[in-house]
Amino acid sequence: MEKLSFDYPASQPVQQRTHVGVVGSGDLEVLLEPSSDEMAHVTIRTSVDGFGQIWKQVMDRFFSRYQGAATIEINDFGATPGMVMLRLEQAAEGSR
Amino acid sequence: MMTPANRLDPKQLLTRKSFIELSARERAKALLDEGTYRELLGPFERLESPWLPMQGVVPQSDDGLIVARGTLSGKDAAILAIEGRFQGGSTGEVSGAKIAAALELAQHDAENGWPVQVLLLLETGGVRLQEANLGLEAIAEINSSMVALREHVPVVGVISGMVGCFGGMAITAALCSYLIMTRQGRLGLNGPEVIEEQSGIEEFDSSDRQLIWAVNGGEQRYAAGFVDDLVEDDVKLIRERVIEAFGRGVPCRHRSEQVEDYLERLATIDVTHQLEIRHFGRLWSKRVLS
Repeated sequence: MEKLSFDYPASQPVQQRTHVGVVGSGDLEVLLEPSSDEMAHVTIRTSVDGFGQIWKQVMDRFFSRYQGAATIEINDFGATPGMVMLRLEQAAEGSR
Repeated sequence: MMTPANRLDPKQLLTRKSFIELSARERAKALLDEGTYRELLGPFERLESPWLPMQGVVPQSDDGLIVARGTLSGKDAAILAIEGRFQGGSTGEVSGAKIAAALELAQHDAENGWPVQVLLLLETGGVRLQEANLGLEAIAEINSSMVALREHVPVVGVISGMVGCFGGMAITAALCSYLIMTRQGRLGLNGPEVIEEQSGIEEFDSSDRQLIWAVNGGEQRYAAGFVDDLVEDDVKLIRERVIEAFGRGVPCRHRSEQVEDYLERLATIDVTHQLEIRHFGRLWSKRVLS
């Protein structure tokens, strides 16, 4: 298991917390809550070690479009980058 | 006595909403009356397993156990839904404590004149091996709570699949007042792989799906009287059957109290010959549930 964390500047307040997904094979769980500052904070626990660079690219891409000041916690069980992006978008939509 | 569901016709197959394909949380939501769902100790409480990360395993924020409250057919209900996709639905210290505490709470409510219908959605391989003794202890607590609670209110269990219900939680299933299964569901104390590992492939071939379902599958379990109702994989049908089961009230004798009847049957089995499934069906088809 590997732990990763990323921070991004954020301009939009988040309306409500939301939870999506499951820590099952090829899937992940996302907990999204309003953060206390004008930043987005992401912490990740993933079952697959050594993919920090890929995670960074996925997060960079997501936060190039998402401006929410959210604290995001991810529990990952081997999801593909596409799956991670879908879950993040699902969580972002649920928090609006 | 209920009759098994007829198989769905092609039109029903196309329009049905699969229960099996839903997550534990979606299942609980789908069964409760619309708009009444609320969750106790949900993901944001972060009651996760402290033991999994120590062993390099990613935990889940609700430890794979959803405690839902709401109403079912207008009456107070609590649903304990196990998420089979997280660690095979295994019972750990936290998920087990959530089940046991919910059952105790329901017992307390029932004793104070506030009966709550308790429904278990069982999707589990049993004790979580990474939490060993704590999981076993949790199951002991759950089972003693089951016995205490079912004196007051019926406790209904659903095993829909695809994980099935095995290990210590199979004992919990057997303690239910009423048990409902789908054909896809499986119920057994030891899972096929455990039997093969312990007794050899001659005893049980865990890659033989037909054999597994012939022994552990819902249809077989219903035919042998271990299950009260066999239902197709459809949200609406399962909901109807659950409501119907609660409507029957507390049984005058629970299946697990019929020890003498079961011992009598066991005594008639000729253990010098390998028992065929069809013989077993004949022997156990007489339903004893009063």
